[in-house]
Amino acid sequence: MQHQSPEGMQAQMQKWANWMTELGKKGIMVGGEPLQMSGKQVTGAKKVVTDGPFAEAKEVVGGYLVINAKDINEAVEISKGCPIFDVDGMLEVRPIQKMDM
Amino acid sequence: MATESNNEVNKIVDHLFRHEAGKMVAVLTRIFGFKNIEQAEDIVQDTIIRALETWKFGKLPANPQAWLYRTAKNKAIDLIRREQVKHKIDNDLTILLRSEYTLSAAINEMFNENEIKDSQLRMMFACCHSSFTPEAQITLMLKTLCGLSVKEISSAFLSNEETIGKRLYRTKEKIRSENLTLDYPGADAMVSRTDTVLKTLYLLFNEGYNSSHPEKLIREDLCEEAMRLCILLTENPKTNLVQTNALLALMCYHISRFNTRLDDKGFIVLLKDQDRTQWNKFLVDRGNVYMERSAEGGVIHDFHIEAAIASVHANAASYEDTNWQMILQLYDALLQRTYNPVVALNRCVVIGEIEGPEQAITQLEAMKGLEGNCYYNTALGEMYLRAGDSAKAKQIFNKALSLTSSHAETELIMRKIKSCN
Repeated sequence: MQHQSPEGMQAQMQKWANWMTELGKKGIMVGGEPLQMSGKQVTGAKKVVTDGPFAEAKEVVGGYLVINAKDINEAVEISKGCPIFDVDGMLEVRPIQKMDM
Repeated sequence: MATESNNEVNKIVDHLFRHEAGKMVAVLTRIFGFKNIEQAEDIVQDTIIRALETWKFGKLPANPQAWLYRTAKNKAIDLIRREQVKHKIDNDLTILLRSEYTLSAAINEMFNENEIKDSQLRMMFACCHSSFTPEAQITLMLKTLCGLSVKEISSAFLSNEETIGKRLYRTKEKIRSENLTLDYPGADAMVSRTDTVLKTLYLLFNEGYNSSHPEKLIREDLCEEAMRLCILLTENPKTNLVQTNALLALMCYHISRFNTRLDDKGFIVLLKDQDRTQWNKFLVDRGNVYMERSAEGGVIHDFHIEAAIASVHANAASYEDTNWQMILQLYDALLQRTYNPVVALNRCVVIGEIEGPEQAITQLEAMKGLEGNCYYNTALGEMYLRAGDSAKAKQIFNKALSLTSSHAETELIMRKIKSCN
């Protein structure tokens, strides 16, 4: 994203807006936010705090969206409309684990 | 010098405020929802104050409009990021405003030219909701869509600031309690609600054309705002009605005389003495075009008759060539539809042209309710002057003098008083 011109970034943001509006209208979108590229990592019983970015992570998580889908296949189909692929990005689709006790 | 440049900034901001404030309030209200209109107005107010503070100490930005929009957008985004505001927003944009993925892009998009027009149309209709009295509808439109201050609205209504302030407060209470929205009216309410919008634009135009504000008789920008909103209505097939075109014709005819109504000292030049070669031919022609379009339906509206009166004046070669009989018939038709003291006053002036000043005096003195009106007393004084009773004329002109705060009007009446000696 940071290598794009302001014009290109605006066009890209417009694609996100269009996609999310469409998901919103269909009742698919629940919510989600983009995340900054750096942060803090807190690890273990001693709660050790280290600064990001997380060099060992192959891909930095750039954001998340929560959507409604009947199963993983439908969610994957929905994800194919994501504008992240325009910039050759990737995403991961994972169902929410129900914590039935 | 410093004062002079500050005055310059104030003048530009005042012009920009009226021109852009209405657009920004419409767009921001579209974003926040009608019930949160006060937040939209606060942001616009803050933006204007910020512009004044920033601009008066430095150079004006190359594109003041873009500066205003950018500042307003940033303030809107800041406000939405505060959780309590986020949860108050409940419209078709909610999903975009809730996520940082789309928040800024969505706000940007709403400031595009097409979206601004759409927001203004929605706002025009929302202001004219049937829950509001006609006065409240007009007041809200002038305040939000046209950028008029409470003071300016109160003089347009011949009312006071306290009354207008209270009216606006009650209107906003109603928006919240009835949860009114910026949705377009349904097909069945389209015509009646467009009519209310037109009435408001008519009032706005008059506020600019016959402004009662001292030192600024002609507020060309107000007239332009009214015309701009009226043109906006003709651009949408749903609101492009015959009466919309009739009103636009009326505005074109009136505004074609703009440059001849004041002399180079800023003093009033009466219709009789205006240099007709300086009337704006283009606008008269535009008026004739809209007048033709307004005749394409079977409906006759007050605006048709008023535009016809203006058309007779605009298309007359000289004052002497004016078809006064035609104008009198049109005034009679207008009064037959609805009695209006200002129309009746104008009719008396026409009577003066056709039947002489004595007959006009008789009719003017039979009128009730305008004794405290500056124009009434000026017209009556003029008729006494023409009838040869200068003592009585002088006395009435002096009364008129006490009823205006406008420098240009004061100067005109002073000239009249001098001619009584």
